[in-house]
Amino acid sequence: MTFARKLLAVAMAFGVLGVTLAPAASAQTVVGVTATEIKIGNTNPYSGPASAYGTIGKVIGAYFKKVNDEGGVNGRKINYITYDDGYSPPKTVEMVRKLVEQDQVALLFQTLGTPPNSAIHKYMNQQKVPHLFVATGATKWNDPKNFPWTMGFQPNYQTEGRVYAADVLKKHPNAKVGILYQNDDYGKDYLKGFEDGMGEAGKKMIVLKQSYEVTDPTIDSQIVNLKNSGATVFFNITIPKFAVQAIKKAHDIGWKPAHYLNNVSSSLATVLKPAGLEASKDLITALYMKEVTDPQWRNDKGFTEWVAFMKKYYPEGALDDQANGYGYNVAILMAHTLKQCGNDLSRENIMKQAANLKNVELPLLLPGIKVNTSPTDHAPIEQEQLARFNGEIWQTYGEIFDAFRKQ
Amino acid sequence: MAPRALRAAGLLLVIAVACALPFVMSNFRLFQFTQVYIYAIAILGLNMLTGYNGQFSLGHGAFYAIGAYVSAIMMDKWNVHYAWTIPVAGILCLVVGFLFGLPALRLEGLYLALATFSLALAVPQILKYFEHWTGGSQGIVLSKPNAPFGLALSPDQWLYFVTLGVMVLLFWLSANLLRGRVGRAIVAIRDNHIAAEAMGVNTSLYKSLTFGVSAGYTGVAGALSASAIAYVAPDSFNVFLSVTLLIGAVIGGLASISGAVFGALFIQFVPNWAQDISKAAPWAIFGVFLIVFMYVMPFGIAGAIRLLWIRTRRSRVAHAPESRETAATQAPTTR
Repeated sequence: MTFARKLLAVAMAFGVLGVTLAPAASAQTVVGVTATEIKIGNTNPYSGPASAYGTIGKVIGAYFKKVNDEGGVNGRKINYITYDDGYSPPKTVEMVRKLVEQDQVALLFQTLGTPPNSAIHKYMNQQKVPHLFVATGATKWNDPKNFPWTMGFQPNYQTEGRVYAADVLKKHPNAKVGILYQNDDYGKDYLKGFEDGMGEAGKKMIVLKQSYEVTDPTIDSQIVNLKNSGATVFFNITIPKFAVQAIKKAHDIGWKPAHYLNNVSSSLATVLKPAGLEASKDLITALYMKEVTDPQWRNDKGFTEWVAFMKKYYPEGALDDQANGYGYNVAILMAHTLKQCGNDLSRENIMKQAANLKNVELPLLLPGIKVNTSPTDHAPIEQEQLARFNGEIWQTYGEIFDAFRKQ
Repeated sequence: MAPRALRAAGLLLVIAVACALPFVMSNFRLFQFTQVYIYAIAILGLNMLTGYNGQFSLGHGAFYAIGAYVSAIMMDKWNVHYAWTIPVAGILCLVVGFLFGLPALRLEGLYLALATFSLALAVPQILKYFEHWTGGSQGIVLSKPNAPFGLALSPDQWLYFVTLGVMVLLFWLSANLLRGRVGRAIVAIRDNHIAAEAMGVNTSLYKSLTFGVSAGYTGVAGALSASAIAYVAPDSFNVFLSVTLLIGAVIGGLASISGAVFGALFIQFVPNWAQDISKAAPWAIFGVFLIVFMYVMPFGIAGAIRLLWIRTRRSRVAHAPESRETAATQAPTTR
């Protein structure tokens, strides 16, 4: 009897403990959300050296205005607060702390640039505030184990490097491969993806790697060296200025390798036209977005919707600027994620839903490319498709390549 | 002696208020004030060079960057405690500044400004070159220091006190330096370097030394900023930083020690206000602020406060026997 009573007492004590602990354990943090509004924070370089990208922050604001005009997300209007950080990491830290601690935003969205995001990476994860769809191609944003509150957006450079490697192995299994890369993290990220993708075979196939500094005036000698190495496949990891030089020089000295050009320099307007359309013929690149200057999309539904949106909500934005298409895509993904959250806009659920996106299509992604995330995969877009330049447009070919799924 | 006692009391009051701030303000505001103190140290460094010694520098962002990187690399590569990195950064910048000063100071006025400007342009790129140490354009991610001895302070509060302490120490040092023989020599070179030389001042040595001390102060500020931001990258130290520091020195008041704090407040908060006023053209608004300040307070904020102080005293005391003293403390304004 007494023993039973004791047992009962202990059981009750545990019960009480359980009741008091249970709500604490599942406590949800709801910040920046009211019945009529959700606050979203952002920083963009509206001034300073990278201000050309500032249009992304503006086009996102324009899209959220459209969402609000149409009634908001699940009845809530989006209150989009965006500050200028001038692409300066200390300013990003200050502005992001203002957003999180003073403005009390629910989440941070599309902060732009690798250095600015690096400066706030730890802070966001310590504060446990969603740090979503950051605007940078670095690979480190996909690290849910150590940084569960951070998520990237576009395919990262390593992913793209793997796409080219797979194509080289398939089409030119016995080729000699020459590589030109920019000597910094961007160039090395691409190089790593490519070499990882080539695996053992790469050690024999890659005959020459040449690098350049972003401050170099020209890369002519590197191209001559690559030609002399006897390479029949050329992986060209250069930013637009040097891509133009490389394409021209290779053409001028009569070197005609299978020429893989990184997506960074795939623009018709800034690279292929200046380099010469004849010289650019048969270039290969990997794409995930519809190029807004490419005539083949002129009657595409996603493209025409974007043009209509731009004319109504962001008339001062340039229609030949890919960044405006990029911002439109990612803003739609943000609104989609919020919709998927339903009425539970706790930070935990926002993060949970962001890591549970399944086959989401965005209007300016290439047909067939979809957004997919999971709790162990914080890289939303991991698919790309190869395209060959036919002298007028990028013509996609082959299957959509998924960097981490078995082919 | 009454004005001096009054001044000391005022100074103590200001320090007391500064010490009370961490217990009434949010961590975010504290972070902003920590930034203000860091800028104030850098601006004081620049002010010694430009305000007191009459040499222009558009390159102090470079020393700020060197200080920050020295501190960051020591913490990141060798696990050195952050407190030790601050004096090391200061001394290293002092040496670099002195060595840079030796040849550069043969250049006068605008030419020196351009030479230092090239330093500001070059340093961010040089940092990328030594990628093994500096982490290239990705920079170095650091941890924020916690309060020692189990003090119940948040990292923001602790860092605030550290920065405040360093600032007070450096301000006291420079006040002593500028008040004595050395200070008179420095100012004499500015006012008339031929006369100074005739009086036996080794102008090139003093100029180089001033440049070194100035760079050292800015380096200390950089080292503190590395801990406050917990991240360094070349993009943090672009050319604009150097220009911003010069703006702070001029707006705060050239040849004024307290002016450095006012200048720091200006460069920290006015760009933010400008952004609140107009999202479309914040820098245009900032420009308007700048022009208004220069027009209304031609000798900087510190100069304006000084003038106000003198006027109120003059109106209270009909005659002005202390005019000689005010003229001396007001050196640049009476030029």
